[in-house]
Amino acid sequence: MNISNHRRTRDRVITVLTYLAMTFVLLLPFALFIGLAAKSELLFRDNSLGQLLFSSQWRPSSGEFGFKPFIVGSLYVTLIAMLISAPICFLSAIHITQYAPRKAAKIVVTAIDILAGIPSVVYGVWGMVFVVPWLGRIAASLGIQSNGYSILAGGVVLSIMVIPFILNILMEIYRTIPKELTEVSLSLGATRWETIRDVLNRKALPGILAAFGFGFARAFGETMAVLMVVGNVVMIPSGLFDPGYPLPALIANSFGELGSIPEIESALMFAALILLVVVLVFNATLRWLIIRVEKY
Amino acid sequence: MEQRSLAEVRALVKSHEKPARTGRKLGEEIFFRSLMNIASVLIVGVMGVILVSIFYKGISTFSWSMLTEDMGSGFYLNRGGGIKNAIVGSLYLSLSATLLALVVGLACALCMNVYMVKFPKLLNTARFLLDLIWGVPSIIYGAFGFSLMVFFGVKTSLLAGIITVALFILPIMIRAIDEVMKTVPTGLSESVLSMGSTRSELSYKVYVRQCFPGIVTAVLLAFGRAVGDAASVLYVTGENSKTPTSLLDNATTLPVAIYNQINSPYAATQDKAYASAFVLTLIILLISLLSRYISKRYQKYRIY
Amino acid sequence: MDTQAMDAKMGAGGSAKPFEGEGIIRVDNLNLYAGKTHILKNVNIEIPKNKLTVILGPSGCGKTTLLKCMNRLTDLTPDIKVSGNIYIRDQHTGELPVFGAKTDIVALRRKMGLLSQRPFPLPMNIYNNIAYGLKLRGKYTRAELNDLVEYYLRQVNLWEEVKDRLRSPAVRLSIGQQQRLCLARGLAVNPDIILADEPTSALDPVSSEAIEKQFAALSKDFTLVMVTHVLRQARRIADYVIFMYLGEVIEMRPAQEFFEDPREEQTKKYLSGAFN
Repeated sequence: MNISNHRRTRDRVITVLTYLAMTFVLLLPFALFIGLAAKSELLFRDNSLGQLLFSSQWRPSSGEFGFKPFIVGSLYVTLIAMLISAPICFLSAIHITQYAPRKAAKIVVTAIDILAGIPSVVYGVWGMVFVVPWLGRIAASLGIQSNGYSILAGGVVLSIMVIPFILNILMEIYRTIPKELTEVSLSLGATRWETIRDVLNRKALPGILAAFGFGFARAFGETMAVLMVVGNVVMIPSGLFDPGYPLPALIANSFGELGSIPEIESALMFAALILLVVVLVFNATLRWLIIRVEKY
Repeated sequence: MEQRSLAEVRALVKSHEKPARTGRKLGEEIFFRSLMNIASVLIVGVMGVILVSIFYKGISTFSWSMLTEDMGSGFYLNRGGGIKNAIVGSLYLSLSATLLALVVGLACALCMNVYMVKFPKLLNTARFLLDLIWGVPSIIYGAFGFSLMVFFGVKTSLLAGIITVALFILPIMIRAIDEVMKTVPTGLSESVLSMGSTRSELSYKVYVRQCFPGIVTAVLLAFGRAVGDAASVLYVTGENSKTPTSLLDNATTLPVAIYNQINSPYAATQDKAYASAFVLTLIILLISLLSRYISKRYQKYRIY
Repeated sequence: MDTQAMDAKMGAGGSAKPFEGEGIIRVDNLNLYAGKTHILKNVNIEIPKNKLTVILGPSGCGKTTLLKCMNRLTDLTPDIKVSGNIYIRDQHTGELPVFGAKTDIVALRRKMGLLSQRPFPLPMNIYNNIAYGLKLRGKYTRAELNDLVEYYLRQVNLWEEVKDRLRSPAVRLSIGQQQRLCLARGLAVNPDIILADEPTSALDPVSSEAIEKQFAALSKDFTLVMVTHVLRQARRIADYVIFMYLGEVIEMRPAQEFFEDPREEQTKKYLSGAFN
């Protein structure tokens, strides 16, 4: 009786603690949003939201905070990265799941695992040592004035970093397509390639788009590696070899100035808020899409 | 058409039949298959190039004294010193953050799989919210951690870093554990409950044992992310040229140290950045090897 | 008859042919291993042309595997080893080996349609589910395609139900309708043989009956090979029955003889319900 009581009490305490932990975690996205929003409130006293997002005037000392160069910089770098990595991931995912013999597939999967593990800073170092000088030489041979630190360098390094992320989702998507669908299509007299092209890819299409969307969101927030190779000049890039200044780089780089002017701190928190909103909106929309598509 | 017999229609279809393989079809398949091979080879190649160049640059600049000496003052100004404090700082930070995230994360995963299964709608909402924060970049946690610090009037410290990193790896950990726990057959929990166990006993004894290899893998995954991440701690741990001795000390982490070294104007300090990047990569590879080994080894302890 | 059945069991070479008339599929001493498991053991059978042959047996006896060997869907599973062979007879080209270095698998598969356990409509609209196979194999004008799609949808009694929504995704149909669509899709590409793997197991009784009726009617024009573990279904529609147990063919007979006068001990046990 006593033991049973003791067990019941213990069960209750543990249950309450477990639910507490859960509640805490579920409140986290709201806490992130509210925390950053509260901190960026100061910025709104002198600037409208439209000014903040669409003005190119970035003069913190005179209280002008136009985030357009950073937003555009982020978009460019991310788009370049996606243009490089999306086709590679798409082709390689089909190769690994449909064609490759087991051993070859294992080698590629191991390579992906290793790429996924390499820290951002190491990618940054690698980019500074290899990608940047290499792009600098290319620019020189094209007659373009550039030291290699450019949105293209950021995009190249970033594309390698998001490949494992996107590819893992894509492989999962192709693996969950029922084998019977392949059987059925082959039985209709389609070749293996026709089956992949007309049936599997069509079946996977919503998933493929979602994978690219998640990849975009992931790349959009990547900080250190991009920061190290992208040049960090406040301007709207007009060419691939121009430097840029993406949002995450702005946040990370202006660390030293924190505390000197309150508006700067507020501006950085606003930059983080933009990032957060972009990522949350992307994630939410894609999840919602996936759920809707699954219903069919 | 409707009035025709099946035999007539079949003859019609037969008369349209093309050969199964044509040159164009074959050409198209060969073209795309070569593209696919190129993509995969490219991925393996890039991985090789990155590892080889990091190792090559790193080993040629590495010296053992880097592992045994603290930075000391003026490290980034080429006054000598090693990265012991950064390595130790990173390990302190990541180990504690992982432990913290494990405690909370395990509870969350169990909550979803043992307690909340009775409320599918709530469970879906919970998973949705978790999916939302899963992709939040680490720099945002850095900024958030910093604003928390300011809010509470706390100074930069190892402890602040631990909390920030724990928040950052928490969604990663929960998702990884949840994926494993989802696969536990419902029959198992039903039979354990029918034997008179309470739900908490079910979760903390049965589920944890059943999912042990998965939990270990999740922990190592989160630990790897914690060790390698710089953006989240850039704001919150401060800098310390010596090995931290208390939770309230400032701490330099290895990734941040690498970032600062490579941005130093001195070539010798930049060289040390290569060596440090090599050390960091080695640590990460070791963790990933360990995680493979453990998940293989413990596979046999599963009941099912 | 007796010796032939014995031959089949012993795997002693010569084919077992328990029927008059033309055979279309001949399985010759087929053995199949998945990894180290011996799944098909010395299978020797011959399947008659334009009849409905049912492969019967308890689950796990290798009947689905045997079916998938016939159009080489076994290629999709790694680690499978096959010895022996299957031959498909053709008026023009003679016997075509299924497992052979020179075999054109695509041409082989074109001779056979497949109906799987659950309906798997292609991720396209209803119209294209039928038209896809046709377009793969030949050039048609839009009008010809429209006619053919309608014709084959009528063949499976689906036309009236779907004629107003040919452009909506096939997955929105009910399971029974989907399976009929899959049958129409298989018929449209004009195979000689239709392989069906428990085609009614996911269906409700009404849809199942519809499919069964279709099958009975189709056996005039097609060779049908159907796997099932439902005794009553086999009784209702089979012309010939192949009984398999643990990877071996125990007996192959005309349906009536099989059910009324089973020879082998295992068959008798199975028919009396001992395995289920």
